Amino acid sequence: MNGQGISQIVVYALALIALGYPLGMWMARIFTVPRVAGRFLDSIERGFYRVVRTDPKREQDWKGYGLTVLVFSVLFWCVLYAIQRLQGHLFLNPDHMKGVPSHLSLNTAASFITNTNWQFYGGEYTMSYLTQMAGLAVQNFVSAAVGIAVLAAVIRGIARRSSSTIGNFWVDLYRTLVYLLLPLCLVVATLLIWQGVPQTLHGHATATTLQGATQTIARGPVASQIAMKQLGTNGGGFYNSNSGVPFENPTGLSNFIEMLAILLIPAAEVFMFGRMVFARRHALAVLAAMFVVFLIGVGVNLPAEQHGSAVLRNSGVNITQSSQQSGGNMADKEIRFGQAATTNWTVATSDASNGSVNGGFDAMTPAGGAVPLVNLFLGEVIFGGVGSGLYGMFFYIVIAVFVAGLMVGRTPEWLGKKIEAREIKYAALGALFCPTMVLTLAALSIATKAGMASIFNSGVHGFTETLYAYDSQSNNNGSAFAGFGLTNFSADFGTVAMLVGRFVPMFAALALGGALAKKKIVPASAGTFRTDGPTFVVLLVGVIALTAGLMIFPALTLGPIVEGLMH
Amino acid sequence: MRNVVSAAVAIVVITAVFGFGYPLLMTGFAQLAFSSQANGSLITEDGKVVGSKLAAQGFTSAKYFHERPSATSPAYNAGATTFANLGPTNQQLAKNVQAAARAILKLEGPYNPGLTIHDIPVDAVTTSASGIDPEISLAYAQLQSARVAAVRRLPLATVKQLISKYTIGRSWGFFGEPGVNVLELNLALDKESSS
Repeated sequence: MNGQGISQIVVYALALIALGYPLGMWMARIFTVPRVAGRFLDSIERGFYRVVRTDPKREQDWKGYGLTVLVFSVLFWCVLYAIQRLQGHLFLNPDHMKGVPSHLSLNTAASFITNTNWQFYGGEYTMSYLTQMAGLAVQNFVSAAVGIAVLAAVIRGIARRSSSTIGNFWVDLYRTLVYLLLPLCLVVATLLIWQGVPQTLHGHATATTLQGATQTIARGPVASQIAMKQLGTNGGGFYNSNSGVPFENPTGLSNFIEMLAILLIPAAEVFMFGRMVFARRHALAVLAAMFVVFLIGVGVNLPAEQHGSAVLRNSGVNITQSSQQSGGNMADKEIRFGQAATTNWTVATSDASNGSVNGGFDAMTPAGGAVPLVNLFLGEVIFGGVGSGLYGMFFYIVIAVFVAGLMVGRTPEWLGKKIEAREIKYAALGALFCPTMVLTLAALSIATKAGMASIFNSGVHGFTETLYAYDSQSNNNGSAFAGFGLTNFSADFGTVAMLVGRFVPMFAALALGGALAKKKIVPASAGTFRTDGPTFVVLLVGVIALTAGLMIFPALTLGPIVEGLMH
Repeated sequence: MRNVVSAAVAIVVITAVFGFGYPLLMTGFAQLAFSSQANGSLITEDGKVVGSKLAAQGFTSAKYFHERPSATSPAYNAGATTFANLGPTNQQLAKNVQAAARAILKLEGPYNPGLTIHDIPVDAVTTSASGIDPEISLAYAQLQSARVAAVRRLPLATVKQLISKYTIGRSWGFFGEPGVNVLELNLALDKESSS
């Protein structure tokens, strides 16, 4: 077995907890106290509220909060579309990129405002520095901050009693951006530059190789963007091959830092939740459930990839792991990461809604590639996207306590609040909407000639590519079985999937938070189902597996399972 | 309407701070503190840029160590990276692997008597994620060492010494996997041969 590789993954999990806890405490603070920092920073903060004309003390109800989020996002969508279309005429374009075609621009703008970062283009030969820096990278901050702000509002709803308001969006947005994301980004970007990630405004470099050929080397303001794309579970790369490219991810250490950045905030949010609702043990149970599913992913992907694909095994080349090579399925993987660090990344990025990759999913073995596919389909609640992951998990928690309530024959309760028909409806809508949409869009795509035009690999694998594409976009992940091509059909279908997949669950979560905020607290009694022990962990994992897992199973049998049997 | 005005103002402020302020601040800092890394880890010889430490450049000459196959177009294009995206059951993958293995047997066979396909490490016949993986496995470097030593008329021990000198271990001895940086190794060989 791969002992060294496994110990890397163990250290990763421990580091995640060690850093996530203090960060979670800090986040709980910035979303609850009236003044976060000293006088100077506080005056800047009040200046922002003045220019956006909000009174920070005036809170919104869930509808008002949601409407502000929607207006803000739609307006930003238009701006992002315009920047892409006009980039050829604008500044900061040293490599003379032309305007981006309209369907692609719409798709890309939707992709970045929804924290998806699905990319139907290669960044280094499509986007100008202006688009990357002042357009796409800004959305890495903003879409992440919107998700975290909404989560904070939903948690306030859970914590409060008999209240009609859940917070002020502008306050939550500002504090997330300035007191959370910006400081973390400065640290991570600095570490990445030190490890070798470029950060320059010069255009591409030209080299004369040792054999006399001319080589073009794409570079740019990479590190500042990569730091945020990981921290905000955005995932959109500067380069086409994303974090597999040495310029985005040059060393084993940079790889570890970027992987930590992927799950750091989602893990911290669980601690923040525990603190804000005064239920530390319940939060630990949720975290435990997340780690269980994470480890299952590692446990399936790593052995499958180390064992290698049938094509490689049958070819006769040496795929045995040794001190001389990582071995296994090295197709579309990099030497400096090998199998363990690629598995770790793959599971982390698909548990979160990050979507960045450090190796190609398309070339993974059927069992290995099924791991990200299933992880996405679970709605990315295992850590999940920043904000969206945990509020997505709340849907499953509500369903879990409902199921437990049915079993013991009592009105279900969660953190002292009675869960009634209204809450169950919101939770069911939030949990089931995306899986249903994925299957519908994938089916429509497979059934039409225009949809089939996107497929790169023929046969069963082509179906997996299509399923993955809509899975990834609907759940706002953005990773790809990259063999799925751009057509007007796939661009527009994807745009719809990303927008609806982002805002329907978000509004379901806000509605859930709003409904819970209005309720009174009922004191726990002997009959209250405990939400903090191992029983709850098992129940929660079971509910996730039953609701989303079973929905995707028929589609899995048509894709990776058939492919595995064909070997 | 109130929301629209607030949102428009917020978009301008946020774009100014996070779209220009933050990246420009990082750029200024990077250019001062880490200018080599910040500009792409370029390697310069006699005032000319000969490549980047972080990009393969497609060595084909027998006197050089060769990199892994590349799926970019043209191969080893550091301006347009890509995966091969060939699924695990794709017949093209089988064909590519066989073709790469045959080419290696033909190239390395004369210098390694008794060489069979079982001696070829997997990274030598598979594309990397980026198409510009600057490293090869230690196993693939060892396989090529006999040829490079013979063509350059250098002692095999010298070549092996250089391999271990340009082997990049795990970060802090722990993170990631070791590999050999091909461009740095080939540059060192050129210097060794001319001295």
